[in-house]
Amino acid sequence: MIISVASGKGGTGKTTVATNLAASLDQRVQLLDCDVEEPNSHLFLHPDFKETQDVTTFIPEIDDERCTGCKKCMEICRFRALTVVAGKVLVFPELCHSCGGCVEVCEEDAISEGNRSLGIIESGNAGDILFAHGRTRVGEAMSPPLIKAVRTLEDREKITIIDAPPGTSCPVIAATRGVDFVLMVTEPTPFGLHDLQLGVEAIRTLNIPCGLVINRSDIGDDGVKNYANREKIPVLLEIPFERKIAEAYSVGKLIVEIMPEWKEKFRELYKQMTKLSR
Amino acid sequence: MRELVIISGKGGTGKTSLTATFAAMAENAIFCDADVDASDLHLLLNPEIRERNDFMGGALAFILPDECTQCGNCLELCRFEAISEHFVVDPIACEGCGVCVDLCPQEAINFPIQKCGEWYISDTRYGTMVHARLGIAEENSGKLVSLVRQQATAVAEKEGRDLILTDGPPGIGCPVIAAIGGATALLIVVEPTVSGLHDMSRVADLAKHFQVPGLVCINKYDLNTGMSGKIEEFARERNMELVGRIPFDPEFTRAMVQKKNVLEFAPHSPTTATVRQVWEKILSSTAMNRLGLKDMSKAIR
Repeated sequence: MIISVASGKGGTGKTTVATNLAASLDQRVQLLDCDVEEPNSHLFLHPDFKETQDVTTFIPEIDDERCTGCKKCMEICRFRALTVVAGKVLVFPELCHSCGGCVEVCEEDAISEGNRSLGIIESGNAGDILFAHGRTRVGEAMSPPLIKAVRTLEDREKITIIDAPPGTSCPVIAATRGVDFVLMVTEPTPFGLHDLQLGVEAIRTLNIPCGLVINRSDIGDDGVKNYANREKIPVLLEIPFERKIAEAYSVGKLIVEIMPEWKEKFRELYKQMTKLSR
Repeated sequence: MRELVIISGKGGTGKTSLTATFAAMAENAIFCDADVDASDLHLLLNPEIRERNDFMGGALAFILPDECTQCGNCLELCRFEAISEHFVVDPIACEGCGVCVDLCPQEAINFPIQKCGEWYISDTRYGTMVHARLGIAEENSGKLVSLVRQQATAVAEKEGRDLILTDGPPGIGCPVIAAIGGATALLIVVEPTVSGLHDMSRVADLAKHFQVPGLVCINKYDLNTGMSGKIEEFARERNMELVGRIPFDPEFTRAMVQKKNVLEFAPHSPTTATVRQVWEKILSSTAMNRLGLKDMSKAIR
């Protein structure tokens, strides 16, 4: 079973839910932090990182000796990553989307496979939890390829929990596509509701069943609950605002560490998800 | 003309609530929402749309079944696994590179340009606002962010405004890169948590990479004063000016529920007074007043 924890709005508690869920289950669990721009799960699970893997993507490398300056590569590139100046090809690596079109059209065999660093994947154990996360290189614009690379570690024999990035665009899709269940985390405020609606629309384009966790459930208004009722999205867990929880979070502690009775609630949450998943 | 971009790395630290309050305090400014993927500023500024425009993003491949001979060329060429064995393009996986289109021997692939969202010029009670909405599950968010900021600059010039206040997206990827390039300064809103500090350090690296000076504001500082101290120390080390500490105050949420900023909701509260001090400190900061200094490359250590 693969579960993505997503949200639309940032800062609603995705990492809190993903890490506490992982720490509460007795089964073999794998946590993949796919919020690769700002991964935070490791700050709560304290994994012992054993391996670091560089992740790169294709960019063209031009052999000036062979290049005739024919401009075919420049013409096929929709991302303006190649230009020809005074008969020489200039490559703008940060604009390249790694489609390989330039390699295909070059008749002189002057383009070879170079690479650009996207970031790294670090992995190791956090107690019994198998842990891995991606970290984009600072300055790298594209996160979906790194997210996909982290997701190649998914192990169907285990329960995989994915901590997804915020938003509703391509990084979220990369972190939720093909999973069995999406757990949306929101807060009951107008911002939380607005971004939840966008998030749910994005997940629905993928036809994945989803459920809701309402975090800081006693602040704000009833908008989120009314919406969930109307759209028949089951509310699977509510976490009230407690200063104690907020303070524990601030120093990197799990809810289940300071209030072990919450373990049962997270186990129950998992059970419900298995019933609702496809 | 100056542009202040409000970012945070981590989401939910209070960017939008603060931006809306600054909007109420700013003079001769216009507002720009550069969080095009999950924008919220409009919920507090209640814009009345004056001008609505389509955002045309990239194109997507579409295989014409009647022309296709199923030769398999496109399947081999596509590096995004976007073409099924039945020769149907998956619009979500398609990157819009057009390689299959250009190299199809039958010319059986169309490449229609897609409407990926909308952008607007609107009136609010504090001035003009430029904002956008990216289509659900779309790509090209960076492109739309750049477009919104260009339009905001054009509007500010036309109206003779001297400040653009831009609400930025979370993270450090494509939309954030598009949101900060060429800005006068960044205001980094941080919460005093391990994740807040971690994410802020990545944002500081990004700011350095793109040579934009940063200011730091700690929100909800009293949730963990020890961590707030660490953030202040970090800001000092990186040469980013601390412009203030705002206490944890449920008034922000109450104001939001009524679609107001805290200045409107609680004009005489101590928190509002603190936010005003932060705003004044931002306006008088060195980062916002470069006095002809063009090269800010050494601004962040």
